[in-house]
Amino acid sequence: MTAIVQFENVGLRYGFGGETLSDLNFSLEQGSFYFLTGASGAGKTSLLKLLYLAQRPSRGAIHLFGTDIVTMARTRLPGFRRRIGVVFQDFRLVPHLSAYDNVALPLRIAGVSDAQLKTPVEEMLHWVGLTDRAHALPATLSGGEQQRVAIARAVIGRPELLVADEPTGNVDMEMANRLITLFEALNKLGTTIVVATHDFNLLGKVANARMMRLDEGKLVDPTGALRYPPRAPAAPDLPKW
Amino acid sequence: MVSAPTMDSVIPKGSANDRLLPQGRLAGPMPWIVAIMIFLTVLACAAGIALGEGAAGMRDAVANRLTIQVTEADAARRDALVPRIRSAIARLPGVGRVTVAPQEELVRQLEPWLGADAAAAEIPIPALIDVDLSVEGQAGDATRAKVAEAVAAITPEARVEPHAAYIAPVAALVRTIGWIALAIVALMAVATSFVVVLAARGAHATHRGTIEVMHMLGATDGQVMRLFQRRMTRDISFGSIVGLVAAGAVILLVGRSIRLLAGDLMGSIALPWWGWVVLPILPIAFIGVAWFAARLTLQSALSRSL
Ligand SMILES: Nc1ncnc2c1ncn2[C@@H]1O[C@H](COP(=O)(O)OP(=O)(O)O)[C@@H](O)[C@H]1O
Ligand SMILES: [Mg+2]
Repeated sequence: MTAIVQFENVGLRYGFGGETLSDLNFSLEQGSFYFLTGASGAGKTSLLKLLYLAQRPSRGAIHLFGTDIVTMARTRLPGFRRRIGVVFQDFRLVPHLSAYDNVALPLRIAGVSDAQLKTPVEEMLHWVGLTDRAHALPATLSGGEQQRVAIARAVIGRPELLVADEPTGNVDMEMANRLITLFEALNKLGTTIVVATHDFNLLGKVANARMMRLDEGKLVDPTGALRYPPRAPAAPDLPKW
Repeated sequence: MVSAPTMDSVIPKGSANDRLLPQGRLAGPMPWIVAIMIFLTVLACAAGIALGEGAAGMRDAVANRLTIQVTEADAARRDALVPRIRSAIARLPGVGRVTVAPQEELVRQLEPWLGADAAAAEIPIPALIDVDLSVEGQAGDATRAKVAEAVAAITPEARVEPHAAYIAPVAALVRTIGWIALAIVALMAVATSFVVVLAARGAHATHRGTIEVMHMLGATDGQVMRLFQRRMTRDISFGSIVGLVAAGAVILLVGRSIRLLAGDLMGSIALPWWGWVVLPILPIAFIGVAWFAARLTLQSALSRSL
């Protein structure tokens, strides 16, 4: 098994306070599905920020895709970020771009032409049920709709690692199931998935998912051995990217 | 997904990508600030060039002239001296035209001060002899000295006045104003850069959220920068063209007024043909300076984020 992510003695402190995250030692296996749980304020978002390269740790070593990313020059970061899909807790949709253009953004940044990206973007929007809202601006979308746009944007580039911060916080059960199914489908294609959530209903929905729990900045189950019983939902048809 | 051609690939042009940064063209005060800066700069530069030319023109016009004032009080003696002086200096090498100002003309010019019967009254009026030298520079100085010698040999009651001596302070003043105008041009370039730096910082702050998202989605600094540069180049170019056209119109109008009003001195203040070549280059230089200022500002702002 190859480790896609390795943390060794990682600590993170914001400013001069105490450590928000401390003594993190774990590795994530390539192609696995992880849930990251923990109370609000436990440090889930902070840990994910380290994963998606929005934050450098205050101490320790992080290897991502086999490369030390702590000391990496910032000019090399974009190349790594393009291999990671992120669903931000606060969505971070570009406010003056339509749902369509937000979903298309990672492909545009990667240099895909408008003609080439039309089909995948439309299929992605269809998958998250937003075909009708493709040309709506984020401000005119409901919270759940914005979240789905954010998810579509995170997975459109078929990332090697998908990091999702409370991705189902604003949608109803049915849509939450649908989105988790989407993540599973992506996982089956080889993407390593890390979903932070405090929604315990979600945890049982993915077969073979592993759970990591944060408590006051420390990992409670660092081995990742805790496995939720498979309740194996039927594998959905995959969207064609 | 289609693999990325290069890391730093240009986000393809198109309406969707122009919208990556909100606000259409010519939004905000930036183009108008640039327009005003360019307008003032071009005017100052034109003034600098024209005044510099004017000062040189004034000196050229009078440098080779001198006037001999025969101040002999006795009218008969004076009238006898004038032809003697005239023939003595006309013979000197380096002396060109020698003209005696007609006495009636002098009387007429003095009338307002001395009254209509100045000539009748026994008020002594000096005779004036205008001399044009046909040589310049050191030869001119030597000739002036010889003229003064020749005049002194004939009578002590005459003074030689080189015109350049009168005009020198005026010409110097005009030239100084010209230099000040050019210094203003330099200051304007500096001020414009600062304005552009502030505008670039403002743009960065305004779009910080969008920039952050783009970074997180894997955009390079170069890609982010290009979005801004397209806008900035458009704004700066628009401002420059408006400023340049407005300044050109003003220069034409003022130039025409000066020609209409001009006496001998003012007439030499004019924009030479090469001025019309230099002035349009100015905004281009400004665009270059502004563009670099914007680029450096953005670069340093972007490099402060992770
Ligand atoms: N940018 C920041 N600056 C300072 N403190 C922060 C910042 N982000 C998070 N924190 C603090 O770190 C702790 C963990 O926050 P977070 O990672 O958001 O937790 P969670 O996502 O589990 O709710 C909280 O106490 C929070 O106040
Ligand atoms: Mg959080």
